[in-house]
Amino acid sequence: MTATLDPTSGELAVAESLPATTLPTKDPSLRPVPHAKLGGLPLDNRFLTWGARFAALGMAWVITQRLLPWHGLGWFVVVFALCNVLILAVGTAIFDTNVAVADRVAQWTVSSAAVFVFVALGSVIVYVLHKGWPALHHLNFFTHDMSGVSAKDPLTKGGIKHAIAGSAIQIGIASLISLPLGVGTAVFMNEVGGRFAKVVRTVVEAMTALPDILAGLFIYTVWIIAFGQPKSGFAAALAISVMMLPIIARASDVVLRVVPGTLREASYALGASRWATVWNVVLPTARSGLATALILAIARGVGETAPVLITSGNTPFLHLNPFDGVMTSLPLFIFDGARSGQEYAIQRAFGAAAVLLVLVVVLFATARYLARPASNKPTLLRRLRSSAGGFRLRSPLNMRPATAPGSTVMPVTPPASNEGTL
Amino acid sequence: MTTLPLSDHKSNPQPPASPRRISRKPTGGDAVFAQTFRAIGASVLLITGGIGVFLAYQSIPTLRHYGVSFFTEHQWDVGHDVLGIAAVLSGTVTIALVALVIAFPLAIATALYITEYAPPKLRSTFVAAIDLMAAIPSVVYGLWGVFLIQPHAVYFSLFVQRTFQPLLVHGTLRLVVILVMIVGLVAGLGMRFIMQIKNRWLWLPFGVAIAAAVALLPLVTVVDADPNAAVPDMTRYTASAFIAGILVAMMVMPMGCSVIRQVFSQTPEGEKEAALALGSTKWGMIRAVVLPFGKGGVIGGTMLALGRALGETMAVVMIVSPDYVIKGRIFEIGSQSVASLIASQFAEAQGVQVSALLAAGFVLFVLTLIVNTLAAIVVNRSRSGAETS
Repeated sequence: MTATLDPTSGELAVAESLPATTLPTKDPSLRPVPHAKLGGLPLDNRFLTWGARFAALGMAWVITQRLLPWHGLGWFVVVFALCNVLILAVGTAIFDTNVAVADRVAQWTVSSAAVFVFVALGSVIVYVLHKGWPALHHLNFFTHDMSGVSAKDPLTKGGIKHAIAGSAIQIGIASLISLPLGVGTAVFMNEVGGRFAKVVRTVVEAMTALPDILAGLFIYTVWIIAFGQPKSGFAAALAISVMMLPIIARASDVVLRVVPGTLREASYALGASRWATVWNVVLPTARSGLATALILAIARGVGETAPVLITSGNTPFLHLNPFDGVMTSLPLFIFDGARSGQEYAIQRAFGAAAVLLVLVVVLFATARYLARPASNKPTLLRRLRSSAGGFRLRSPLNMRPATAPGSTVMPVTPPASNEGTL
Repeated sequence: MTTLPLSDHKSNPQPPASPRRISRKPTGGDAVFAQTFRAIGASVLLITGGIGVFLAYQSIPTLRHYGVSFFTEHQWDVGHDVLGIAAVLSGTVTIALVALVIAFPLAIATALYITEYAPPKLRSTFVAAIDLMAAIPSVVYGLWGVFLIQPHAVYFSLFVQRTFQPLLVHGTLRLVVILVMIVGLVAGLGMRFIMQIKNRWLWLPFGVAIAAAVALLPLVTVVDADPNAAVPDMTRYTASAFIAGILVAMMVMPMGCSVIRQVFSQTPEGEKEAALALGSTKWGMIRAVVLPFGKGGVIGGTMLALGRALGETMAVVMIVSPDYVIKGRIFEIGSQSVASLIASQFAEAQGVQVSALLAAGFVLFVLTLIVNTLAAIVVNRSRSGAETS
C-alpha cells in the first residue's frame, strides 16, 4: 500500500487518485496453457515414425512375398528396413526441410545399427542356451566325465565334470599367480613410481592387446622347450595367467589411482611406514575395485582357448593333478566337440558352452555389482526390510540417506540411554 | 604450574641447531618395500616383455633354414619341407579387413547411439551389454558362427556371386581399369600434397580412382563356381574369409565401440549445447561437434580393433578351411591366418616346423605390436587434447 497518512486530516488522502497495486482478477474464460513437452517428438513426427513402420511392413510383405522371389526372413527384414527409411525420408521431406530429412535418416540409421548389434548379442546368448538345453537338463552332464563314453553315446551318458574341474584348477592357479603380481605391479606403478614405472606401464598396456595364441606360444617356448616340462594343466594355467596379468595390472592401476592422496598423507602423518600405508589404507580403500579387476580377468581367462590348446590338451578323463599329464578345460572341450562333427558331441559342446556363457555372465554381473558407484538409493535388501517393517516403499522418509532419523536401518545406532538427551 | 627445564649453557654447550637433512630416498623398511615392489614390476616386465624376446630367439633357426623365402613362399607344405607365410599373412590381413569393414560402421553407430540417442536411464545398461559382448569367450562365438551364421551367410555369398559375377572385368580391360585407378590415386595425392590444391577439383582424380576401384570390386567378391547352376554348389561358399570376418567383427566391435564411446562422451557439453542453440538438428550437432571432436578416438579405436582382429584365433580356426594361396576372393572357401595356422598345426608339428610356427608367431607379435602401439599413441593424443581444450 502506498497511500500516505495525512496527519492534519487524520484520514486516508484520496486513495483513488494515487497509483496502487491491483490484484489480478481471474478470467474464467481463459484455459490454463499446458506445459510444453521438451522431450520426445511432436505428434506429427511420432505419427510419421509409426506410420513409416507399418507402411514398411506392408510394403516388405508385398515385395518379398508377391513381387520378387526373395523369400525368407532375412530378405523380409532387409526390405522392411530399406522401405522404412525410404518412407521416413519421403514423409519428412513433404513438410520439412532437407536438414530435417538428414536428421531423421541419421537417427534411423544409428538406432537400427545399435538394434542390430544388440540383437546379434542376444542371438548369441539365446542360441547357445537354447542349443545347450538338451544336454544341460541331464544331471549326469555335471557329475560324470567322458571316460568310456564314445562320441555317439546319447546324452544320458558322460558329462563335463572333468572339463569344469580342469577349468577351475587352471583358473585357480592362474589367479593365484596373476593376482599378487598384477596388484603388486599396480602398487609399484602408483606408490613407488619413477621412470621405470612408466616403462612398466607402457609395456603392460601394450600387452593387454596381445593375441592370446602368443601367450600360449610363450609358455610353450619357456616352460616346455626351455625347462623341458611336459604339457600339463599347470602350463595351461601359466599361459592363462600371462593373459590375465596385464588385465589385472591395468584395472588395478586405474583403481589405485583414484584412492584419495589425503588418505595416504594422513597415514604417513600418523607415522605409518609405506608398506603399512599400502596394506592398511590404500588396498582396503580400493578393495571392491580390485575384486572387480580380478573377476573381469577371470571372466577373460576362463574362456581362453588357444593358449590352452598349445600348452595342454584334451582328455576324456577327470584329471586333478595339474603338474602331470594333459588336463582339459571347458573351452577346449567345446572346441573338440564342435570339430568332431558327431551330433551328440556337438550337443555336449553346446551344453558346455552354455555353462561357460552363464559363468561369464554371472562373473560379469558380479563385477558390475561390486564396481557400481555408491548411491544414496536404498539397496534392494534395505527396501525389502523396510517394506516388511510396515513402511511404504516409496515413502519420502525411506529415500533419505541411511543416517537420517526416519530410515529404518541405521548403520550407526545411538545408544538407547542417550535418546532422551538428543 | 609448568616449570621450564633449566638449561645450563656453560657446563653443557650444545651444537648450533642445523636443519635436518631431508631426502626422498626411502630408508629402512620403506626401502625394502620400494625394492620389493620394484622387483615385482620388473618381473612382470620380464614376463610380458619376454614374449617378444623368446619368440625372436626361437625363430632364428627357422630364418636360417628357410631364409627370405619364409616370407615370400606362400605354401605351407610340411611334406616337402616348403614353409612360408606369404599366403597366411595375406589371409590374416584379409580377414581383419573384412572384420573391420563390418565392425567399423557398427561400432561408430552403436557408440553414437549410446552417447547421443539412447534414453539416459538405459545408457549404463547398454554400456554393460557392449562390455559383456567383449567378455564372451571366442569359442562360444565360434559355435554360434559355425552352426547359426554360416548356414545363412552362404546364401548371402551366393547372392553376391550372382549379382557381381556378370560385372567382372576380364583381360586387357582389367589392366586398363587397374592403371586408371593407380593414375587417379597418384594424381589425386600429387594434387593434394605437392600442388597443395584443397578445393573441390580434388574430387576429380579421387572420384575416378574410386570408380575404378568399384569396377574392380567383383574381383574380390567373385567365387570360382557357377552362380547360375540349378543346384548351386554351396560348399564353395562355406568356410570363407568373409564368414570368419563376420565372427571376428563380432569380437572386435565391442572393443572399438567402447574406445569410441569414451571419446564421444568426453565431447564438451557446452559446445554441443551451443550447436543446438544455434538451431542445429541433433545430426547437425553430431556432425559439427561430436564427430570432429572424437576423430582421434575413432581412428585409434579402429586401429585397436584391427590389432585384435589380426590376432583372433579360435573363430578363424573353427570357420575357415586351410588354404595356402594368396587370394582376394573373400567369399570363396579357404583362407588361413597366422594365429589359426599356429593353433591348427601346433599339435602335429615336429622339430623345425615348431620353430617355423614360432617364427610365424613372432611375425604376428611384431605386426600386432606395431598396430597397437600406433593406436595407443593416437588414442592418448586425442585424450590429452580433450583435457586441454
